[in-house]
Amino acid sequence: MFKTLKTHQFLFEELVKRDFKKKYKRTVLGMAWSVLSPLLSLLVMRLVFTQFFGRSTPHYTTFLFCGNLVFAFFSESTNQGMSSLMDNAHIFTKVNVPKYLFLLAKNAQCLINFGLTLTVFLLFCVLDHITFTWRFFLLLYPITCQVLLNLGIGLILSALFVFFRDMQYLWSVFTQLLMYASAIFYSVDNFRPEIQRIFLANPVYLIIKYFRVITIDGAVLSWHYHLLMAAEALIVLALGCWMYKKYNHQFLYYV
Amino acid sequence: MAILEVNNVSIRYITGDFKDIGLKEFVMRKLTGNYHVTEFWADKDVTFSLERGEMLGIIGSNGAGKSTLLKAVSGIMVPTEGTIRRQGSIAALLELASGFDGELTVKENAYLRGAMLGYTRRFMDEKYDEIIAFAELKDFEERPFKQLSSGMKSRLAFSIACLVKPDILILDEVLSVGDGAFRKKSESKMHEVINSGATTILVSHSLEQVRQLCGKVLWLHKGRQVDYGTDVAGICDRYQQFLDGTLSIERAGE
Repeated sequence: MFKTLKTHQFLFEELVKRDFKKKYKRTVLGMAWSVLSPLLSLLVMRLVFTQFFGRSTPHYTTFLFCGNLVFAFFSESTNQGMSSLMDNAHIFTKVNVPKYLFLLAKNAQCLINFGLTLTVFLLFCVLDHITFTWRFFLLLYPITCQVLLNLGIGLILSALFVFFRDMQYLWSVFTQLLMYASAIFYSVDNFRPEIQRIFLANPVYLIIKYFRVITIDGAVLSWHYHLLMAAEALIVLALGCWMYKKYNHQFLYYV
Repeated sequence: MAILEVNNVSIRYITGDFKDIGLKEFVMRKLTGNYHVTEFWADKDVTFSLERGEMLGIIGSNGAGKSTLLKAVSGIMVPTEGTIRRQGSIAALLELASGFDGELTVKENAYLRGAMLGYTRRFMDEKYDEIIAFAELKDFEERPFKQLSSGMKSRLAFSIACLVKPDILILDEVLSVGDGAFRKKSESKMHEVINSGATTILVSHSLEQVRQLCGKVLWLHKGRQVDYGTDVAGICDRYQQFLDGTLSIERAGE
């Protein structure tokens, strides 16, 4: 795979560039918008939910931002990843290129966006009087896991989207539900321990919690937790790779 | 040793209900047993082989399975049955003028297309001025692609594509583009590429071209191989008779 990536590096770079230019070319605010939009949802949540959950949760702004940051990355990356294959049908029906290249390019662009929001997040941590420690470098771990997770889900969705055009609608419903189930604006501590355990099956929640433990508690999670996170991301990624391998030559009939 | 070997290749398409129904509808129809797909063979039992430097012309009316066969040869599609063996690099120039991005500028599109054709960045940096000069688009470099006329688009497409140096070259009606002077210029450029020693497959509706250039001819009709061989003149004559209505497919295949 790395060898084919090397040979297609030029195409990959051009695809990332194209996606980038097309996204920001016509908007006045351009790249600023990609930072503003999570900030706006953060603002609304901060105003609304402080009444209900904010009193019992220390550093509630950072708490919320952790959830928003991770979830926005997940949502953007998977939604855009889903259409990456269909959007480039005119290319892979004429040229023999590896089809996952389009998804990789889209994800690279989303990762750049995430990087911008992460910078703003760190600024907010300063404003919220969070103490910075060496543990912040551990955040690279959940970010890596999330990139793998996003890629895996993107592979699965983009393959399904070729076959079923209503995936876009179904996924947006699912994303909405997942948003409520990912403890973005509430803390799971109020649930019974059995219920809390169910949350661990949600990889997005795992990543959000990791961010919170590092930034707010200044602690490090157990190695079991690290293992669970990697396992969930890798299982999804493996499933996605398997689907692409299996259906690679059938996509053509459906576009 | 043949550079390209196509053995008993058959390609099956599936068509029918599935294309525009969503997941919900799919599940419903599966449950009620109301889900139907039909198959059809775009190509059936096609066999040919090419030696280095040879040129094959593929003839046949619309829906004969020419484009599908080219896609299989270039590796975009995988044959349902049969095998394709090829050696060396392959460049397929199919439907050139489509597939550009209207939002990007001419320059950005040129680089993207170059990347798609497998060029390197350094190669594009070197050749970019030459491409623009050949396409006669010097004043349009930074224009959005959608503002170009269709003639300009195909000129750019051709100018990028004609720089390929593959072992096997596949041409789908792209020997020349444009009008007047550009037509002449592009034709001689393409002959240059062909004469550089590439093994070439040409799909053309112009029998004249096939007679002139090709050393082998493959005649397809509705996916079936009607005739194949080095008797270019003979096969072209019979194809012409078939087009005129004086020869039936059954007799042509004998």
